[in-house]
Amino acid sequence: MAVSLSTSAKSAGRAAGPAPRNSPLRRKRNRQRLRTLGFLSPWLVGFSVFFGYPLIATVYFSFMHYNQIKEPTFVGLRNWRYVLEQMPLFGPALWNTLWLVVVMVALRVVFGLGIGLLITKIKSGVGLFRTAFYIPYLAPPVAATVAFVFLLNPSTGPVNEMLSWIGLQGPGWFNDPDWSKPSLVMLSLWGIGDLMVIFMASLLDVPKEQYEAAELDGAGAWTKFRYVTWPAITPIVLFAVVTGVVQTMQYYTQALVAGKLASGVSIGPGTVIQPGYPDHSTLTVPQLVYSMGFQNFNTGAACVLSLVLFAIAMAVTLLLMRKSVGLIPAED
Amino acid sequence: MTTTTLTRPEAAVPGRSSGSDAAGHRRRRVLHWIAVHSVAVALALFFVLPFVFVFLTSVMSDGQAMSGDLWPDSWHWSNYTAVLDTPGFLGWWRNSLMYALLGTVFTVCSSVPVAYALAKFRFRGRRTAMILVISTMMLPPQVIIIPMYLVWAQQFHLSGSLWPLIIPMAFGDAYSIFLLRQFLLTIPQEYIESAKVDGCGEFRTLLKIVVPMAKPGIAAVALFQFFYCWNDYFGPQIYAAQNPGAWTLSYGLESFKSAHAVNWNLTMAATLLVMAPVIIVFFFAQKAFVEGVTLTGVKG
Repeated sequence: MAVSLSTSAKSAGRAAGPAPRNSPLRRKRNRQRLRTLGFLSPWLVGFSVFFGYPLIATVYFSFMHYNQIKEPTFVGLRNWRYVLEQMPLFGPALWNTLWLVVVMVALRVVFGLGIGLLITKIKSGVGLFRTAFYIPYLAPPVAATVAFVFLLNPSTGPVNEMLSWIGLQGPGWFNDPDWSKPSLVMLSLWGIGDLMVIFMASLLDVPKEQYEAAELDGAGAWTKFRYVTWPAITPIVLFAVVTGVVQTMQYYTQALVAGKLASGVSIGPGTVIQPGYPDHSTLTVPQLVYSMGFQNFNTGAACVLSLVLFAIAMAVTLLLMRKSVGLIPAED
Repeated sequence: MTTTTLTRPEAAVPGRSSGSDAAGHRRRRVLHWIAVHSVAVALALFFVLPFVFVFLTSVMSDGQAMSGDLWPDSWHWSNYTAVLDTPGFLGWWRNSLMYALLGTVFTVCSSVPVAYALAKFRFRGRRTAMILVISTMMLPPQVIIIPMYLVWAQQFHLSGSLWPLIIPMAFGDAYSIFLLRQFLLTIPQEYIESAKVDGCGEFRTLLKIVVPMAKPGIAAVALFQFFYCWNDYFGPQIYAAQNPGAWTLSYGLESFKSAHAVNWNLTMAATLLVMAPVIIVFFFAQKAFVEGVTLTGVKG
């Protein structure tokens, strides 16, 4: 913000240059500038204190050895080397986060779009179905995760119980390293409500005449979707992908709670357990930041991890946003 | 929906000349109806059954809750009172409510003027400011948490409370600013101009003209913020973990499960009690909510 403010002040000053010092025009401009600053002030303070400062401090601490008791000491690149070359959990955490970003986001978009399409086809009881599909999105993440850990309990959970009725041996779900991430994906598909509403709204916005024209040309369902629906909803799909990637990069609560509860270890205050049960399969980068910074008090390593997360999040977002229309406002 | 309304008149014309064609068409439509609705019912089960199982288990006896049974032999409503009597549970409720209410009020009051300036004022750096707002929105909260925590704990000695989460909300929230700006863009400039002609200052214009017109947008943002605070787990874990007196429902629920490891019935009752307020609020504010969700995605 500092940058944009100084440039704005400079260029405004330049524009006002030819006007005499106390001209009414100049006074009006000054008043307007003050007014703008006044309205923006909560955010200007918030942005610099709760965003700018901590970001710079994170970079600073990434070059320091600091255990949050003794004064920080400069250690150069040692934290960076440790995280990138030696830290045993960094690889699994990065892999899990990227796995979730790819699989979860893709499935959520496909599933959300599918449900949106289905709802536009339903003729009886639309309101009822819409509410039923939407409600799980509202369940607080911790509550939803606790519920799913119960539902997917390998021995007594209702899901495996019902699978046994038809003679199937259900998997270990949250207790099996191969199934824990797919279980988290299921949990996220259960809360598809937000995407469903967005897709529904955009599908209803597609002009009816275009379908009519396509039908006159003898187009089937797939052709209509491919050439009428899809081009109209591409920006929304892109938006869903961008926000999905952003959300999944910070995926924390569900993975942490599921891992903790499924492990069955009862956690009193101060107990440190290995995160990412089972076998680090649910350990994500944000969880590793937490466990480094707040359980091992290795501030330097935690800050390096934060910056890695920041870099990936920024890179992915910028890449996707360059193609996304409507998210960044045009200068008018 | 669209397809039927479109095909019907077309089909009616050949239908008059040959009856079998119309019958075939009607049969196809009925089959289509059945197909769509059976898929919908199957999906509805996927979404609704988890709630049903959670509820049924929440009223089971301790012993039965440990079995694989789906239907309770006897109904133990006392599980709910047992949860409410758990030491701390009502305190978590109070803390959640305080965090959510104060957080919402602070966020709305601080974000509305910022969003208004970004939507309606013309100034140099406006686009940069908007891009910075969006970048803040995109940033994982874990990226800046460590210096943030150190400041609150070491300079202000506020760890062990929820204030480090509530105070920053008095300084604008990027997501709310973004949503409100999108909404304020839809308010015609003429209303604002005419208020100024009538001699209103900027601030009065905002309060008397813009805020009343932006009520749906503000309601949506307030709801989102309320839910965000209510659901927040990461924040309370960072700042309130060491002081159970400051825990929120979302944070406390997890420790509740750990403490009642085998009592799935109590845990499920507690889970429903955490879900209930959000779902009740939703039924009262459905319209504002859906409007808010579409606002995030549809309007550029």
